[in-house]
Order: sequence, then C-alpha cells, then structure tokens
Amino acid sequence: MNSATTENPADWKLPSARKFGILTLILAESALFTIFVVAYLFYMGKSLNGPYPSEVLEFPLLGTLALFSSSGTIFMAERCLLAGNKPGFSLWWGITTALGIYFLYFTGAEWHHLIFEKNLLISTNTFGTTFYSLVGLHAFHVIVGVLLLLGILISSLRGRLHSDHTEHVEAISYYWHFVDCIWIVVLTVVYFLSVRVQP
Amino acid sequence: MAQEIIIEENYRMPAPVHVGDEKGSLTRVIQQLVFTVDHKKLGLMYIAAGLLFFVIAGLLAGLIRMQLAFPNNHFLPPDVYNQSFTMHGTTMIFLVGMPMAFGFANYLVPLMIGARDMAFPRLNAFGFWVFFFSGLLLYFSYVGAPGLYAAGSAPDVGWFAYSPLTTKAFSRGHSTDYWTLSLLLGGIGSVATALNILVTVFCMRCPGMTLGRLPIFVWCMVVLSFLVILALPCLSACQIMISLDRYLGAKFFDTQAGGDAVLWQHFFWIFGHPEVYILIMPAFAITSEVIPVFSRKPIFGYPVMVAAVVAIAFISLGVWAHHMFCVGMVSLANAFFVTSTLLVSIPTGIKIFNWLATMYGGKLRFELPLIFCIAFLFQFLIAGLTGVMLAVAPFDWQLSDSYFVVAHFHYILIGGLLFTIFAGIYYWYPKAFGKLPNHKLGLWHFWLFAIGFHITFLPQHFLGFLGMPRRIYTYQSDRGWDEMNLLSTIGVAIQSAGILFFVYNLIYSYFWGKKSGDDPWDAWTLEWATTSPPPEYNFAKLPLVKSRRPLWDAKHPEDPDWKHE
Amino acid sequence: MHLPAERNESLTKKNFPPTHFAYLKESVLSPRLSISGFATTARLLFTACIVILSTLVPALAEQPEPSPKPDIYRLTDIFQPQSRPAELIMEPTYLVLLICFGIFAVVVAVLVYVLIKFRPRGPQDHLEEPPQVYGSYNIEMAWTVIPCLIVFVLVLVSSRSIVEIQDQPMPEDAIKIRLIGHQWWWEVQYPDLGITTANEIHVPVSSKNGPPRPTHLFLESADVIHSFWVPQLAGKTDLVPNRLNHTWVEPYKTGVFVGNCAEYCGTQHANMLLRVIVQTPEDFEKWAVNQKQLPTEPQDALAIQGKKDFYALSCVNCHKIDASPAEGVFGPDLTKFAVRQTLGAGVALNTPENLHDWLLSPDSLKPGCYMPDMKLSPQQLSSLVAYLQTLK
Ligand code: HEA
Ligand code: HEA
Ligand code: HEC
Ligand code: CUA
Ligand SMILES: [Cu+2]
Repeated sequence: MNSATTENPADWKLPSARKFGILTLILAESALFTIFVVAYLFYMGKSLNGPYPSEVLEFPLLGTLALFSSSGTIFMAERCLLAGNKPGFSLWWGITTALGIYFLYFTGAEWHHLIFEKNLLISTNTFGTTFYSLVGLHAFHVIVGVLLLLGILISSLRGRLHSDHTEHVEAISYYWHFVDCIWIVVLTVVYFLSVRVQP
Repeated sequence: MAQEIIIEENYRMPAPVHVGDEKGSLTRVIQQLVFTVDHKKLGLMYIAAGLLFFVIAGLLAGLIRMQLAFPNNHFLPPDVYNQSFTMHGTTMIFLVGMPMAFGFANYLVPLMIGARDMAFPRLNAFGFWVFFFSGLLLYFSYVGAPGLYAAGSAPDVGWFAYSPLTTKAFSRGHSTDYWTLSLLLGGIGSVATALNILVTVFCMRCPGMTLGRLPIFVWCMVVLSFLVILALPCLSACQIMISLDRYLGAKFFDTQAGGDAVLWQHFFWIFGHPEVYILIMPAFAITSEVIPVFSRKPIFGYPVMVAAVVAIAFISLGVWAHHMFCVGMVSLANAFFVTSTLLVSIPTGIKIFNWLATMYGGKLRFELPLIFCIAFLFQFLIAGLTGVMLAVAPFDWQLSDSYFVVAHFHYILIGGLLFTIFAGIYYWYPKAFGKLPNHKLGLWHFWLFAIGFHITFLPQHFLGFLGMPRRIYTYQSDRGWDEMNLLSTIGVAIQSAGILFFVYNLIYSYFWGKKSGDDPWDAWTLEWATTSPPPEYNFAKLPLVKSRRPLWDAKHPEDPDWKHE
Repeated sequence: MHLPAERNESLTKKNFPPTHFAYLKESVLSPRLSISGFATTARLLFTACIVILSTLVPALAEQPEPSPKPDIYRLTDIFQPQSRPAELIMEPTYLVLLICFGIFAVVVAVLVYVLIKFRPRGPQDHLEEPPQVYGSYNIEMAWTVIPCLIVFVLVLVSSRSIVEIQDQPMPEDAIKIRLIGHQWWWEVQYPDLGITTANEIHVPVSSKNGPPRPTHLFLESADVIHSFWVPQLAGKTDLVPNRLNHTWVEPYKTGVFVGNCAEYCGTQHANMLLRVIVQTPEDFEKWAVNQKQLPTEPQDALAIQGKKDFYALSCVNCHKIDASPAEGVFGPDLTKFAVRQTLGAGVALNTPENLHDWLLSPDSLKPGCYMPDMKLSPQQLSSLVAYLQTLK
C-alpha cells in the first residue's frame, strides 16, 4: 500500500473544506442538542405542578409538514442549480425559505397560545423550562437557517449566483437538512413521548 | 509536469519575510496584531496570552498558598480566598491550558502538513479574539460585578460551579454571570478553532501527506479537536442552562422546584472529563515530537501510538462520573465508571512504554526540550498512578475532594502539561524567532521549577491522606497539617524563581541568543524545511511527502524511510 | 503498513549531506549537557531558596493566632480506620497502592536505565545515527496485555468492595440518624428517639466480635450540596438537596472523631466541622435520655434575665428551644446547647468566653456566616451567655 514512489501528486484529492467544515459544525451542534434532549427526557413526568405536556401540547402537524417538505424543496433547488436552471433554483429555493418562515410563524403561534392561554412559562415548572429551551434552541437554528436561505435567495434573484457558489449552497443545504433531522428528534421526544407520560 | 512541485534536496525557501521583523511604529505593530489572519502570528498570540494568564493565575495561586502557609491565618478573608481558587482554576484550565494547545496547533499544524495557512484564516482570528475577550470578561468581574458587600466580586463558586450554589438564591450579585458568560464565549471560540484545525488537517495536506504519515503531533491535535467539538458544546449547554435559570427563572437546577442538583454534575463532567484529556493532548503531542528527535530514532510503534490517543479520547467520553463517586450513585453505576476509568490506563501505559522504547537504543541529546520531556514522563507516571488510586471508588470515597486530588491534578497539569509546554516552547523557539534559547538559563529554569514543583505538590498527597479537604480557606493547628502546608508554600517561591528564569530566557534569547539556522535540532518534520522564522505563506512550493519523516528522506537519500514503513 | 522492520546498518557520517552537518557540530551538539550544569545549579539553588524565602516571609508577618487546642481525639488520618466501612475501604486501598508502587518502581527503573545507558558519550558520538527501529509487534503486545490483567484484577476487587460497603444491609434496630446539611452547620435528628441537635453526632460503639451495632445515616440538605466525611469512620457521601442519600458507621472505639464538610458549599465551607462522639451503649443511653428532657430551668438571676431576653429578642425566629416560644428552624436547635463541645460547627470551643464573642459578633469568629450580629448591649450579652450555659 505504501509504495510511495508511484504516488502521483496530480492524483492528490482532498475533501472540500467548506463541506467538511459544515459537517464538523453539525457534529458540535449535535452534542449541544444532545444535552438539551437528555435534560428534557430526564425531567419528563417530574414537574411538581401543572400544566403538564398532555394537557397543553398539540401535535404541530402543519409546522412539521412545512419543515419536512422544505427538505425536499431544497433538494430540488440544488438539482436545478447543478443542471444550470437558475429560475428553477430561485423558485425552489424561495419555496424552501417560505416554508422555513412558515414554520417559525407556526412555532411563534404555538408559544403565544401556550404563554397567554395555557400559562406555561419557562419559569412555571421543569416541563416549561425544558420545553422552551429545547424547542427554542431548535427554533433559533431555524432562524439562522432562514437568514442563510434568504441571503442566497436574494443574490440568486439579483442574478449574482454562479456555479462557483454551489459549495455555499450545498453547505447551507446540509445545515438545513440537519435542522430538519433535529426536528424529528424534538418531535419524538416532546410531542410523542412526553404527552404520553403521566405526571 | 506534476512532478514539478517536488523540491529535490530539502524544501528550503527563498529569502524570507521574517515574522515579527516588520519595521514600523508601535501603532503599526498593534494594527498588525489586531488585523492579522496569519496562523503563525495568531499561534504566537495564543501562546503569549496563555503565558500572561498563567502569570496572573500563578499569582493567585501564590495568594492561596500564602493564606494556607499557617493555620488560622488571616492573610485573606474567606470570600477573597474562594474567589482566588475559583479564578485560579478557571483561568488555568480555560485561559492557559486551552489557548496553549491552540497556540501550538495554530503555529505548527499547517507547517507540519505542508499547508500555507489554516483553512479559514479569518475564523482563526475570530477564535483568538473571542477567547481573549472571554478572558478579559472573566477578569472584569473584579471591578464590574458589585457583590454582596458592594465591592467588586469575582466568581467564587469553584471551577466546576456545582449547582445549586450557582442559582440566584445562593449566589447573589453578578459574579456567577461573569463566569457563565465568559465560559460561553470561550466555548464558542474553542469550537471555532477546533473546527478550523480539523478542516485544515483533512482538507489542506500537501501531496503525499496521507493520514498514516501525519506527524503524531498533528494526530494528537486532530484528536484534541474532535474532543473539543464533542465536549465544549456540552459546556455551552450547561452555561445556557445556568443563564436561563439566573435570568429567566428557569428551573433546570432549582432544587426547590423539583430541579436536580446532580444533573449539573453529569452535564458538567460529560464536558469536564474530556476536557482534562484535551489538556493533556498537547503534552502527548509535544513529547511525541521531542523524544524521537533527541533520541535520533523514529517514534516506536507509530500506528499503536496513534491508536492509543484515539482510544484514550474515545474512552474518555465514558468515564465522567468518576468525579461523582460520592454523590450517591447506585453501586452498579459506580462499578461501571471504575471500569471505564481504569481502562484508560491501558492505552496511556502503551504511550509511556513506547516513548521509553523510542529512547531505548537511541543516542540521547540532553537538550532543554528533552530534559523537560523526561521530567514529564516521570511526573505523568506519578500523576497517572494517583489517578488510578482515585479511580478505585472505595479509595476515592476517602480521597475525593481532599488535597490528594489537588496533588493528582497538579502533577498532571503542571508536571505533565506545563512541563511539556516549556519543552515545546524551547523546541520551537528557534523556529519562531531564529534564535536558540539559552541553555544555561533553561537549566536554571528547569531545576528551580522542577524542585519547587515537587516541594509544593508532593506533600499535598499526604495532606490528603491526613484528611485535609480542598477549598478550605483556613484550618486549625491541631490536625497535623501545619508543616506540610508550610513546605508546600515554600515550594511556590522556588517555582516562581524558575518562572522568572523562563521569562528572562525568552527575552534574553530573542535579543542576544545565538542564531539558530533553519534546522538546529536536525529534525525530520516539515516545519523545519522552511526558514526560521517561516515566510508569510510557509512554503513557496508545496513539498511532496513520501514518509512520516520527510526530512529524513531528504537528508538520507540513500536510505529513505519510505522503504521501511 | 507493515510493522517492525529493524534496520541494522547504522548510518555513518559520509551519509549525511555535508552542509547540513557542519552547522550542527558547532552549535547544538557540543556536549554542554545537563549533567555538567547540575553541580553549579544545585549549589546556586540553595542560595536562591534562601533569598526567595526571606522575601516571602515578611508578607506573612501577621502572627497566626493560636488555635484552640482541645484535649480530644482529633486525628483524621484515613490510614487509621476505627470503624467498619473505613476499614473495608482499606482492602482495595492497600492493593491499589501496592500495584501502583510496583508499576512506579518498574517504570522508573527502566527510565533511569535508559537515561544512563544511552546518554551521550563524548563529542564523536553524534557522528553516527543509531539503528533506526520502527516498532515491534510482540513487545507492544506484551505491554498491552499485562496492564489489561492488572486492570481486570482492580476492577473485580473494587466492585466487590463497592457492593460490600455501599449495599451493606442495615439491621432493623440500627440507630437511625437524619443528617441535614445547612450553610454552614449540621442538623442532626434521631427520628426514632425524638432528638434534634446540631454539629455533633452521638453514636454507640460497636465491637468486632460481638453483634454489630451500626448506625445508619440518612443524608439530606436544606440548601446546597455538602458532603459527610469523617475519615476514620467512613468515606464521603454527599448531602444533596432534593435527594436522599445514606451511609453508615460502625465504630469500634469510643472517643471523638472529627469530620469536615467535604464539598465546597460557599463562604464558610472551611468551618463546617462535624464531630462524632462514640460512646459506650450506657453512656449513649444516658445522653439520649437527657436530650429528651427539657433543659434545666435557670437558677441565678442573670440567667433568668437571659431567658427573658432570649424570648424577647429575635433569636426565637431562628432558634428552637423545646417547650418555649423559640420555634425558629433557620439556625441550630439550642435546646441542649450547653451539652455540645463546640459552637458554630467547630469554629470554637463552647466556653463562656467564646460564646460571648460569638454573640457579640458571629462574623469575628466565622466571617460571612448566616447568624447576624444582633447588636446586643453588654447586659444582654452577659445575661444571654449565662442563660445559654444552662441549656443542659
Ligand atoms: C490533564 C489532565 C488529567 C489527566 C490526563 C488525568 C488522568 C487521569 N485521572 Fe484525573 N483529574 C484531573 C486531570 C487529569 N486527570 C483533574 C483536573 C481532576 C480534578 C477536577 C476537580 O475536581 O477539580 C481530576 C480528578 C480525577 C478523579 C476524581 C477525583 C475526585 O474528585 O474524587 C479521578 C477518579 O477516578 C481521576 C482519575 C484519573 C485517571 C485514572 C487518569 C488516567 O488517565 C491516568 C492514566 C495513566 C496511568 C495509569 C499511568 C501510566 C500507565 C502505565 C504505566 C500502565 C500500567 C498501569 C496500570 C495498569 C494501572 N482524576
Ligand atoms: C493548568 C492548570 C494549573 C496550574 C498550572 C496550576 C498551578 C498552581 N496551582 Fe493550581 N489549580 C488548578 C489548576 C492549575 N494550577 C485547578 C483546576 C484548581 C482547582 C480550582 C478549584 O478548586 O476550583 C487548582 C487549585 C489549586 C489549589 C487548591 C486550592 C483549594 O482547593 O483551596 C492550590 C493550593 O495549593 C493550587 C496551587 C497552585 C500552585 C502553587 C501553582 C503553581 O504551579 C503556579 C506557579 C506560577 C507562579 C507562581 C506565577 C509565575 C511567577 C512569577 C511571575 C514570579 C513572581 C511570583 C511570585 C513572587 C509569587 N492550585
Ligand atoms: C437570622 C437568624 C438568626 C438569628 C436572629 C439568631 N441566630 Fe443564632 N444562629 C443562626 C445560624 C444560621 C447559626 C449557625 C451559624 C453557623 O454555624 O454557621 C446560629 C448559631 C448560633 C449559636 C451556636 C449554635 C451551635 O450549636 O453552634 C448560638 C449559641 C446562637 N446562634 C445564639 C443566638 C442568640 C442568643 C441569638 C439572639 C440574640 C441568635 N442566635 C439569633 C441564625 C440566627
Ligand atoms: Cu458544607 Cu462544604
Ligand atoms: Cu476525570
């Protein structure tokens, strides 16, 4: 294997720095989320007082649909970019952005409902604490993602997006898929598991 | 045509632009420091900042020891004492250990893998400045945090800040907030830098530098960065949780509202234990470069050495609760963490034996770097073995939170980390400044510091046996602790003298040291292929690497390494 | 990548690129080695120590005041266990110490051997590179397997002793104590006996031969984490708020055993001392009976005045005295205060003078503690001291 003499520097290929960087970042973010997820699981069913998850949480169907489908649309956008179809790219990318924004709106509405109608604050009980911090951390990542999406969308609409930006686009789409995956975890833990645990 | 990038003899550079040689006014120098994105300058800045914080935290340690020199001493009031050890520990871990590691990594990794800079130079500068600012923020608490008595108050919750001592109810004022925010910031900077190191190593190696040919130094830095990527976010999560508790009344660690105090300990040590292996990685890295060069032999068992660091890092992710043997875990959990902790000693032992085997049969050259590394071997052995004693949970029930633990980790952090950092500084000093460090001054530094160090910390093992708890600001004289505490304090004075020699040596050699030439130690890794100091983009032409010791190949064309690997 | 190829033909000077070597010969490799510098270094070192010390001492010039030296048993040496759990700990302890000293001796011996055997020998030595050895599968295997065996033994022994100590079943009739940590004192309750006291635990002695008479401790905390540690009796167990821990002691010897809070718990962590008073069963019985009785009524006028003052002052908000208006639970229960050997969790002996100082200004004895300075007048002070002395 180590027949160094035959090695040809021209064959020397290394992974793309930007993609590798975003994957590393995703690894770090996963560690961050893990701690919050564990905290949520740990305090599940341990709140000393209500409101409890089963009383106040509703399944976030529309938000989830929006977020999941945005993973598909961003994939379409990427394919358009690779195929050189710029209007197609802008269209799919725009839809992705809109879905992301809708998700944020949905979360905002949910929180408004919980805070003003169900009286669940971060300081109410350990459920409130872990719920807002976990879902909030995810929402924060969606906000960052939407800002990145908007940036690309604007430059694409102004015709400033070129083929040498594919790596940027790809990196952002990795990030977006990651945010989506985290939502699967949050959904399972918060909206499937904890509503079934009796206080 | 691809062959053109090979440099035949050695990879010598044309006339260099010397880093640090730029002429100009002071403002221009400062401007250059502030705006630089050059990995070498940033590396040196990391190390310089680390040394600065080391002296500050060392002075705090001096205060601690003066207070403890005599029983019933009134040198420091209790609050000031508690702030002192908190700031000492926090500074040493986060503002000395980590930046030193990043400094060496920054300076050397691109040079060693034949790259022209880090992958993301601006992110690199960002990482440095965030770290530096987090340090300033931490120290600003001395003036900025009106404490209980309306005086400035530094954090006083200990470096691992167990909840619920950190909740609003038990830590009024803002000192804990400074601690929290500073570590949150520092964590972001560290993750940025670690990411940068990883990307640099995986995406920027020069032709032929396969992963199997990376210098062990680089491997250690890769492992270190992975640990940072995995562990530091846990610390950030902890800090976010405390902040939510303190500012928004969240209940993570509010034991009155059903919060759990032990949860903090788990979260903190999931970070905290990998953190201590993060701190020891530079020691492994530097030793693995110094010992071969000054024994004139290649590292013994390269693949095993790499496997061992990877194994250490991997196991270290699952041993955290050995800091919590007294917290009342079930016996099964205790036994599990005893097992995982003891497992670490196997790969660590392999490393020690392989270093010894590297020296065995070699021709030792007792230059400063090797002397410090030999001391490291000796002291790390002691520290590791006291670690093994702590890992035996029943024994730990007696030793935990006693001065035995203090002795254990100072033997590792000073005897291991600090000694190798000195070794590293002496080893690469000629690279960075083109001057040899003065040997005589270095020996003074070595003997004073080593002797002072043992005088300070050896007695602390016995203080632990005699039941002296850590973090006590005073004690009564009828416990049998008086003499050893005094001895321990005397040691600090000797250590300080050693440090003064070190600082003087750095300055003296910079101005009056002997010119070193490009490759004073006759070494084998790529950083010695460029000029000393290296030019702005390190290599005018990229080298082609065929073995783990590219410069050996260049110096011994008749018998190159790649025939044997 | 293939492993151990040993290369035997050593490399001689002619193999070196000449430019490279000329430089090395002069500057670096001339034999000014640590050994030669050592004698001078050692000589000067001594002088340096003296100089530095003489600068250090004035900084500490403030005279340390003499500690109270009570005539009681205060050793806290973990190698002199006087109780079963502490003694059980010794078994894995001696094993691991033995193993570690063994490893230490072997490795240091090898290190010293290598340093001497392969030390530089004269200026000609560097002209040749030593044989280049890359590794050896068999040797590396050996020093992987032996540590594995050692670790295996250590794991088994510690696991056994963990279970033995931690999961020791307590007999039904064991004395039960609820120990509650406060910043910075200990509340001690005997739920079965109906006793509450502070900072001192009384337990009956057990014997190695007779039936075991362990004491079962339930550990709780009222505020932050503390840790129970009486080195000669048992290892540490933390007192964690919102959590119930337990441990046990079974001393073989009567006497007073000192412990410390061993988890940093704030300003006065240093002065959170605990005393375990091991008594013969008869003495223990006597003590327990006395604790349950109401304190003796004060006889002399000053103490009677003190009782009135105590009830009139806000002491009653924080302290409890049985069958009196004093119902506070923030501070230690004072019902049998005069029986205790120390005050303020061991900062001072319980003497009238110290009590006077304590009431005059708790901060002077225990800076930062949570008993406020009550701004008492001299009359109030002396009457309170007299009254508190009667609480036997
Ligand atoms: C660089 C930092 C560093 C390193 C590398 C280590 C290494 C080790 N540490 Fe240490 N440790 C700290 C820094 C470090 N530690 C700090 C800072 C604390 C205190 C934190 C605080 O409370 O403030 C601490 C505390 C600490 C505790 C908790 C004590 C307590 O508070 O109760 C324990 C318990 O198990 C422990 C164990 C170990 C072990 C088993 C190793 C092992 O990795 C050691 C392995 C090495 C060897 C064993 C020697 C060489 C091996 C051989 C020669 C082979 C043969 C040997 C055998 C088969 C046994 N350490
Ligand atoms: C890298 C890590 C590191 C390093 C290098 C050190 C270095 C030193 N440490 Fe520290 N230490 C910690 C990490 C470290 N420490 C940690 C993590 C804790 C736990 C904190 C906690 O409990 O929360 C701790 C706690 C700790 C304690 C326990 C406090 C307590 O529990 O109450 C003590 C006590 O002796 C101590 C002493 C020292 C001393 C004497 C040095 C010396 O080696 C320092 C030598 C350096 C100097 C003295 C400065 C340079 C000298 C000069 C510029 C000359 C002029 C100076 C003078 C004349 C004084 N340290
Ligand atoms: C705000 C609450 C508070 C008030 C009021 C108060 N104390 Fe205290 N007291 C404490 C606390 C808390 C301690 C324990 C201090 C420590 O050891 O850290 C204590 C300790 C003591 C002790 C020592 C007990 C022991 O066993 O060590 C005595 C005696 C005492 N108080 C007497 C008094 C008297 C007399 C008054 C009234 C003049 C008084 N206290 C008022 C809170 C209070
Ligand atoms: Cu209580 Cu320390
Ligand atoms: Cu650890």
